Amino acid sequence: MLRTFRLGGVHPPENKLSANGQIRELPLPAVVSIPTGQHIGAPATPLVKKGDKVKTGQLIAKSTGFVSANIHSSVSGTVTKVEGVPDASGYPRTGIVIKVDGDEWEEQIDRSPDLVRSCALSGPEIVEKIASAGIVGMGGATFPTHIKLVPPKGMKADLLIINGVECEPYLTADNRLMIEKSREILVGTELLMKALGVEKATIGIEGNKPEAIRLMKEAVADFRGITVEVLRVKYPQGGEKQLINAITGREVPSGALPVAVGCVVSNVGTAFAVYEAVQKNKPLFERVLTITGKHLQQPSNLKVRVGTPLSEVVAFAGGLPEDTGKIISGGPMMGKAVASLEIPVTKGTSGVLLMPGEESLRNPQQPCIRCSRCAANCPMGLEPFLLMTLTEKTMWERLEKEKVLDCIECGSCSYTCPASRPLLDHIRFGKAKVGQMVRSRKN
Amino acid sequence: MNAPLIYTIVTLAGIGTASAVILYFVARKFRVFEDPRIDTVEKALPGANCGGCGYAGCRAFAEACVKENDLTHLFCPVGGNDGMEGVARILGLEAVKKDPRVAVVRCNGTCEYRPRVNKYDGVMTCAIIHNLYSGETGCQYGCLGCGDCCVVCDFDAIHMNPVTGLPEVTDEKCTACGACVIACPKNLIELRKKNAKDRKIYVACRNEDKGGPARRSCQVACIGCSKCFDVCAYDAITMGTNLAFIDSDKCKLCRKCVEVCPTNAIIEVGFPPRKAKPAATENTTVNQ
Repeated sequence: MLRTFRLGGVHPPENKLSANGQIRELPLPAVVSIPTGQHIGAPATPLVKKGDKVKTGQLIAKSTGFVSANIHSSVSGTVTKVEGVPDASGYPRTGIVIKVDGDEWEEQIDRSPDLVRSCALSGPEIVEKIASAGIVGMGGATFPTHIKLVPPKGMKADLLIINGVECEPYLTADNRLMIEKSREILVGTELLMKALGVEKATIGIEGNKPEAIRLMKEAVADFRGITVEVLRVKYPQGGEKQLINAITGREVPSGALPVAVGCVVSNVGTAFAVYEAVQKNKPLFERVLTITGKHLQQPSNLKVRVGTPLSEVVAFAGGLPEDTGKIISGGPMMGKAVASLEIPVTKGTSGVLLMPGEESLRNPQQPCIRCSRCAANCPMGLEPFLLMTLTEKTMWERLEKEKVLDCIECGSCSYTCPASRPLLDHIRFGKAKVGQMVRSRKN
Repeated sequence: MNAPLIYTIVTLAGIGTASAVILYFVARKFRVFEDPRIDTVEKALPGANCGGCGYAGCRAFAEACVKENDLTHLFCPVGGNDGMEGVARILGLEAVKKDPRVAVVRCNGTCEYRPRVNKYDGVMTCAIIHNLYSGETGCQYGCLGCGDCCVVCDFDAIHMNPVTGLPEVTDEKCTACGACVIACPKNLIELRKKNAKDRKIYVACRNEDKGGPARRSCQVACIGCSKCFDVCAYDAITMGTNLAFIDSDKCKLCRKCVEVCPTNAIIEVGFPPRKAKPAATENTTVNQ
């Protein structure tokens, strides 16, 4: 019996339509708009202004504050404006718009495909390099990686977990990356281990990716201290706390960081980006994403430059199907429906999903029948029905006591509710409100 | 046969008397003095318990009035000047006079003027939509149309108009308690001075985008052209970020700003129709 996490979880239809599609490179768009806030934390400060010429890989916005990340140009060309561009939420955020002209890369970037294994840098130097390359968690949470690698004082990690779970239905980008770049990912893992000062690393992969498992297991033989753990297919196994529980059996306490139980989790995409940044001097300005949908002509895995509008990605995969009901940035469970195709791909865009009309609509909401399926399936052991009611009644203090801030917004509750109640919609709002309350208390 | 009955009656009467005696002494011992004026003041208040005064209900407000012994910072918007006059008489204090106010919704982005660019099918409350994204229209500042303001109104004074998709305030019922002002996540509702015959002139827009984008998302958006600012003789208009604001306390209702507004973002309510001046007609044609 394969291992998995202890509490809750669901198993939605996998629909990995693009699992066998090789990673292809998306042709350069005519214009990119690169948001300065592609990560959790403070947006970066733009270093360029209108009319500046930039090269691919050039630093164009510098991280500000503790939790922040550098932003690099993904193309070469001329900056046409630095102003608010709408992001996935529809609200404008500062972005740098660049008109593409050729593809001239910064000289120090090594563009050869050869694997570079040896690295003479010390741990702190690796962290420094990761920070300057602007690497963030590529699984979608976009937490700056260099902060994760330096645990708070008094805490020590003993295990690095590389997340190759990809439990979201439809998405296959990590799967393809593991198949095509297994050795690069492992070198990246080694670098992360060195930066963290840990001896062991485990790569968690769900059992529905046999090819990736085979190739990773083959490759791992050459690397000391790294193992591959095959996990039972269950959503949300890719959640940090769930993955730690599945692999080690440890439970991250409420409100604590994973490093409190000695674990640090990084995505395979992050490990690959770390490899490229440290060994090839290539900052993070492109990523592999899945463009998929049941009625899309060619569901594929594409390597896309950050800032490319979603419309280009969709056009390359065969154009928007006529019956598209929703365009979702990310996977179907945690992704976010977007209001326009003009929003740019960011470091955290793991996929673009086009849902057909009839499937994308919600069922009408019915009264709660107290079946408690939401509570049984909550991977964090919360009571979603209660959290929803408390939010409706605006009882924020009580909501905080019920640990709403532990919610990882995986959507298992809404997915499983037989009465189609919009549990997560309410909980997310309640979480935002309680978060505000807690922050204002601190100040 | 009768004995148990008699015992019962005697026992219960005994317990009753003993308890009464104990309660009497306890009540004497732990008596809390409460100013009788609090009750009188509470009776003089409207009893709506709306919280518009900033206190948790009328009782709390009455307590505050008695305790403060000064009414400069206390005002019940529901009772208004008359109500506060009554309170002041009871306490022998001086009440502050305030102009009566009324809630005004500063968005005119009806379905006709502001096209929907996407369709939302989640939970229908403004607060949740606002938390999630910018809304169904291209204007991120405008009304979301789910009626959070109507739900919180204790006075049945604000309702959604199904044709325009915007809330409408019934001026006679509105007490300016401010519940809707707090409920609106887009900060569209403002308490403005109530004028004779419920006349109003206000900028029905909160769009801070530049002229082009603002106009593209909504036909009646304020584009920040400053024409109204230039024409106002009373300094009532201030220009914010691409947005005009009319101070209702300074506005003399001359309607000059309404005439010059190129996008009809400034709205006049309750005025008699204008005399047909040739110049004015020309202006209207241009507007259309």
